[in-house]
Amino acid sequence: MKISYREALRQALHEALILDPRTFLMGEDVGAYGGSYAVSKNFLTEFGPERIRDTPLSELGFVGLGIGAALGGLRPIVEIMTVNFSLLALDQIVNCAAMIRHMSGGQFSIPLVIRTTTGGGRQLAAQHSNSFEGWFAHIPGLKILVPATITDARHMLGEALLDNNPVIIFEHAMLLNQEDECEQKKSDYTPYKALVRRTGTKLSLITYGGMLCKALTAANNLAKAGYEIEVIDLRSLRPLDEATILKSVKKTHRALIVDEGWRSGSISAEISARIMESAFDDLDGPVQRLCRKEVPIPYAKHLELAAIPQVADIEIMVKGILK
Amino acid sequence: MNPETLLRLLKNMLRLRHMEELCAELYTQEKIRGFLHLYIGQEAVACGVLEHARQQDNVVATYREHGHALLKGITAKAIMAEMFGKKDGCSRGRGGSMHLYSAEQRFFGGNAIVASGLPHAAGLALAAKILKEDRISICFFGDGAMAEGEFHETMNLAALWKLPILFCCENNLYAMGTALNRYQSETNLVKKAASYNIPGITVDGMNVQEVYNKSKELFAFIKAEKGPFFVEFKTYRFRPHSMFDPDLYRSKQEISEWKVRCPIENFKKELFDKKILDLNMLKNIQQEIEIEFSEAVKFAEASEYEPIQDLEKDVYYENKLQRGPAPSTP
Repeated sequence: MKISYREALRQALHEALILDPRTFLMGEDVGAYGGSYAVSKNFLTEFGPERIRDTPLSELGFVGLGIGAALGGLRPIVEIMTVNFSLLALDQIVNCAAMIRHMSGGQFSIPLVIRTTTGGGRQLAAQHSNSFEGWFAHIPGLKILVPATITDARHMLGEALLDNNPVIIFEHAMLLNQEDECEQKKSDYTPYKALVRRTGTKLSLITYGGMLCKALTAANNLAKAGYEIEVIDLRSLRPLDEATILKSVKKTHRALIVDEGWRSGSISAEISARIMESAFDDLDGPVQRLCRKEVPIPYAKHLELAAIPQVADIEIMVKGILK
Repeated sequence: MNPETLLRLLKNMLRLRHMEELCAELYTQEKIRGFLHLYIGQEAVACGVLEHARQQDNVVATYREHGHALLKGITAKAIMAEMFGKKDGCSRGRGGSMHLYSAEQRFFGGNAIVASGLPHAAGLALAAKILKEDRISICFFGDGAMAEGEFHETMNLAALWKLPILFCCENNLYAMGTALNRYQSETNLVKKAASYNIPGITVDGMNVQEVYNKSKELFAFIKAEKGPFFVEFKTYRFRPHSMFDPDLYRSKQEISEWKVRCPIENFKKELFDKKILDLNMLKNIQQEIEIEFSEAVKFAEASEYEPIQDLEKDVYYENKLQRGPAPSTP
């Protein structure tokens, strides 16, 4: 049955709350409002205010409370309304959640899941259109998930809750209304492996999150023109599944990374470096990148479209590489 | 207060003083490195408060936490080995002076970002409340923390959700080198708690009996009301902020005036006057303390370093969990 990305997230959250009484949801407007993206609509009535906790606008405070609650034996799901506001909570996410396990010599675990919305594309201007998932992937101690499909939106949360580490799930705002078949969870399901979403021979198109559907559309268009492109969905930015990336590049000998984040110091730079380090001799040309333009995202639609990688941009890049 | 309690309070303060003086000495010998923040002068606060803490209670502290860790039950050996950077340290040499931890004793750091421990104390209290466990959070922080957003966000949430926490502000008058009246628009700190509907009092943090007696009432209040309480302990650190601090921002006269109020010397004198303590008893106490810490140093010296091949261990928990009521802290 086809369901939306939003419905997949809702089902995942609902299931998590039913399966484990130690799980609770905490964040801004998750309760009475129903979640700013309506993911937890009616949850307050169903689960009550102890498990669906509306918080003040205190990202630093309630992420820190989530850490404490995890240390105290609960399995909190903390919702940060959008990735833009996660910067207010950086001390807790980076200095605390990511470091306490190591600082304590492995005595403490932080089974904390943070859900947040990421990405641009809705004319929300600079302060509401960031893609910081690549930044967070820099931090040892965190795990970074970027569900790009309905199936992953449905199943990643449950896996994150079975992880005894802090996991951040970046849900892309532009995908919320997308519909697709939601596959049953397979017994060997893991969010920490990259998947080849489309096989091809000419070039490895490596991407994640909100860029995956654009990459697949571009690959389908390119196939009509005779270019068989392999599309890899990273799914997890930390840990990064280097093996799947390298296997593909060793087959196609060319790589293009499409990243919604800015180019300088980005996850795309990291992936490019790793390909150079481990598959240099297999490359027929330099690894290429298509990223967000290095500007704060502007409001005007035509400027925003020009700032974020689009299907046509991918096609032009691929044709340029393969010409 | 019975004589046993009074003598235990004295002994604990002397343990803390001895440990810190020893740490300073070991620092100059380069056995201990990094940042080292000494608690000398403030002993009455931790000793008076933690006398009431039970094993099941949560303690969250700052980077000036050696004493709090010791009083919560981490052994002198494990603390000393940690400061030596050894694998038998309470954080296996990963934390050092500022990051003492113990899952068993429910000691949650050792937080070196000012105010970052406050929300953890509130989260721990939230967990206790939801899981209907009989424990409270005892959260120590300095006056400097009260200018941080984390303080204000935590106070609001703790009051809003009625969380069982004792917020213990150790007001030693300086945020590192900046005096309270130079960084706070409102220096009456209890007022800040009151603005979040958290009741609060100010206590003489140089008087261990007062700290003990007031804390006893506050623990009872938190258990009965199941909500937070704020207490400001007026205290003073006799040593510089850290071993790197040239102490240029306060006068020698101010320091010596506060030293007259030394929590240990005055208490000792009172116990002598009341004939609860005599010279022989004091000698015995001091001897016990010397043995405790010389053994701790020996232990730390003998302990091994973690092998470098284990460097990248314990960044992640490696195994997948099973669903069900497994403890979160393995």
